[in-house]
Amino acid sequence: MRFEFAMPSSLHKSGVLGMNKRNIDYIGRYNPRKFYKRVDDKLTTKQLAIANDIAVPALIGVVREQHEIEEIPAMVEGESGFVIKPSKGSGGKGILVITKVEGNRYFKPNGQEVTHSEIYRHVSNILSGLFSLGGAPDVGIVEGLIQFDPVFDGYSYEGVPDIRLIVYKGFPVMGMLRLSTAASDGKANLHQGAVGVGVDIGSGKGLHAVQFDTPVDLHPDTNKKLTDIQVPQWDFLLNTASKAYEMCEMGYLGTDMVLDKVKGPLLLELNARPGLAIQIANGRGILPYLNHVDSLGNHNMTVSERVEYAKKHFSHNAES
Amino acid sequence: MHSKKPFYILVALLFISGIAASVFRGIEHNVPFLPGKQVQSWAVDAKVSFQGIGEPAEVSFSLPNDPAFEVLVENASSPGYGLTISQDNQDQERRALWSVRSATGMQNLYYKVTLIPTGTTQVIAKQEPVAPKDFIWPATEKDAAEQVISKVWAKSATNLSFAQQLNKALNAAERTQNVELLLSSNTPTKLFLHMLHSKGVPAQEVSGLYLEDQRRRQQLSSFVEVYNDGEWVLFDPSNGTQGRKDNLLLWDRSGKSTLDVTGGVNSQVNFSMLQDTRSALATSLDVMKNQGALDFSLYQLPLEEQSLFKGILLIPIGVLMVVFLRVIVGLKTSGTFMPVLIALAFIQTTLLTGLIGFILIVACGLMIRSYLSQLNLLLISRISAVIIVVIGIIGIFTLLSYKFGLSEGLTITFFPMIILAWTIERMSILWEEEGPKEVLLQGGGSLFVATLAYLAMSATWVQHWVFNFLGIHLVILAIVLLMGQYTGYRLLELRRFKPLAGDK
Repeated sequence: MRFEFAMPSSLHKSGVLGMNKRNIDYIGRYNPRKFYKRVDDKLTTKQLAIANDIAVPALIGVVREQHEIEEIPAMVEGESGFVIKPSKGSGGKGILVITKVEGNRYFKPNGQEVTHSEIYRHVSNILSGLFSLGGAPDVGIVEGLIQFDPVFDGYSYEGVPDIRLIVYKGFPVMGMLRLSTAASDGKANLHQGAVGVGVDIGSGKGLHAVQFDTPVDLHPDTNKKLTDIQVPQWDFLLNTASKAYEMCEMGYLGTDMVLDKVKGPLLLELNARPGLAIQIANGRGILPYLNHVDSLGNHNMTVSERVEYAKKHFSHNAES
Repeated sequence: MHSKKPFYILVALLFISGIAASVFRGIEHNVPFLPGKQVQSWAVDAKVSFQGIGEPAEVSFSLPNDPAFEVLVENASSPGYGLTISQDNQDQERRALWSVRSATGMQNLYYKVTLIPTGTTQVIAKQEPVAPKDFIWPATEKDAAEQVISKVWAKSATNLSFAQQLNKALNAAERTQNVELLLSSNTPTKLFLHMLHSKGVPAQEVSGLYLEDQRRRQQLSSFVEVYNDGEWVLFDPSNGTQGRKDNLLLWDRSGKSTLDVTGGVNSQVNFSMLQDTRSALATSLDVMKNQGALDFSLYQLPLEEQSLFKGILLIPIGVLMVVFLRVIVGLKTSGTFMPVLIALAFIQTTLLTGLIGFILIVACGLMIRSYLSQLNLLLISRISAVIIVVIGIIGIFTLLSYKFGLSEGLTITFFPMIILAWTIERMSILWEEEGPKEVLLQGGGSLFVATLAYLAMSATWVQHWVFNFLGIHLVILAIVLLMGQYTGYRLLELRRFKPLAGDK
């Protein structure tokens, strides 16, 4: 690891947003506390999204009490796979993915079997609030498995690649594709070792890729060139993300979406504190885009007008 | 966007008042800015002795009253005697009054005082002195005195210059015949005083003691104070000097006799003295106690609460450290303020014992926790079980170290059990989810922050400041508020975003 430091002035010149400025000037100012529940509670997000005609992964069931854990096998009968996640979890913690169901036996993506008592303990931990912020009691969500689109075959290792978009005041300003790796244990979280590929807002084409905050060219497990990626249904993704702004009224928002083979783009979750690594994946700072949106002032653009504006001005080819 | 002006005014106010309170405490109350500072003190013993004649005896002895020296402790030992210390507020005179129904033979009375130099050598007059009564010269001296006075008077402009010229004339190498005549029947002090009085210049005789280390059987010397412009200026007519030396203690400024004995003969007073150094902090505390200035100090609390506060007041330092490391440096810690609590425990255990103890407890706890995790327990009962196990581990370690004679091991009980239990729980989950590497990384990071916080909190001057200068906490508050508004890059972000720096 190289221990080199950049000059603050050169980062500033590149428009890099730092953690403190993000917290104070963007999250603190544009994300009202009272709306956090819409984002932090995945069950609420899901219900809001359904009400706003935004497609989400199927909801199989909700576990609210200890005794309801016993009902999980009945809930998932007939499903080919399922996901159990804490409603208020953060950072991808506490998500259990079962990709194969054989009668009464469940298997993780890596083929390992998960026993019933392990599932019981996991859900019990979820309900006790082990994964939620501040240890508040939580509920467990059982979701249908996403049949992920084969377009990313070879780009992702044992996991669902997801598309993160930063939506500022309703404008998608930066995009990133997150690909799981062996190091990330099939999870799409960058700090766990997933690969982030910066995606051009204008076209949905791959730009740069990083793993562990260091630039990479090839996927570490499949050796496919990452910058060749073209995200399909890009406009649809941009529109969905943009719509999420009206839905949760958060000014500085991260949207996580996946591509389902059958259902198309699905909104996975929203994030009121989206990470800063997206800048490294894009090879550029986010501040110029945020300032551009601020300079628009009051406008009455619709969702599709905002997406068109973003595609025109926030593309890497357009020198905005 | 709302204006940030009120915020900055608030921060500035906190900052200024914090600094001002600390400086006031340091200068006005002489609380030393550095711990371990020593000051000089003088222990002076006065021994009053007289011959009793079998009658009721009363001894009146004046006590030191000098702005240049602060009385720290005083006591009088006088077996069989009744003692009162009287204070006359008007002319600031203090006297000790010993009395006994019958005194026969040699009587010894002792007065001991500990004095601290204050550094103020000026004697400010509390009020305008009344004009002295004209001195009536005896017929034999009248002409000589008047000639000398009128000659000196002509050469002077003010009271002060008159006194200066007079002092010079009395001590000139070649004294005039008139002066020689007058000095043959008067002491220089009395003569000087009378000459001033005959011109209506307010002046008084005072007696002082030269403080020199390890001297015994010393006597008071006489001086004259001349009033000039709100201030009493000291003259020594016996050698013609003006002003006072640093080691001169003015014992009696009343102008009356220093020692009055009724019912006894051959009375005398002897002084012996010893120089000593003592802690500047303890000294200033004693002085404040004497003056009743401890009102807004933690020192008026009972000792137990004081030592409690000594610990509590270190927390702001630890918290400041954590805020700095998180906001400015960008380090991650497991549990926001867990490192501060660990650091507080380190203060009791010392660093090395603390680190070893912490790692031992957490390691043992993790092993037992890994068994508990197979039992499918509810979170609450699992944490509770871990707490009980932690208490057991601490108990066993304490007992073992006692058996092996390792007294350091006994301090292990200072670790906060609940925090340890939660740390073990978090680490265990982390281990299951992200592997042992992440456990070492986060655990190590937390211990690193705890060590830094410990180093900051255990510095003796930090401990001295947070307890003695409470204003410093306002300054810390101001800094924490300011850091809460810091929108610049964190130190570690400079490395993280290095690829974006645009190497030009």
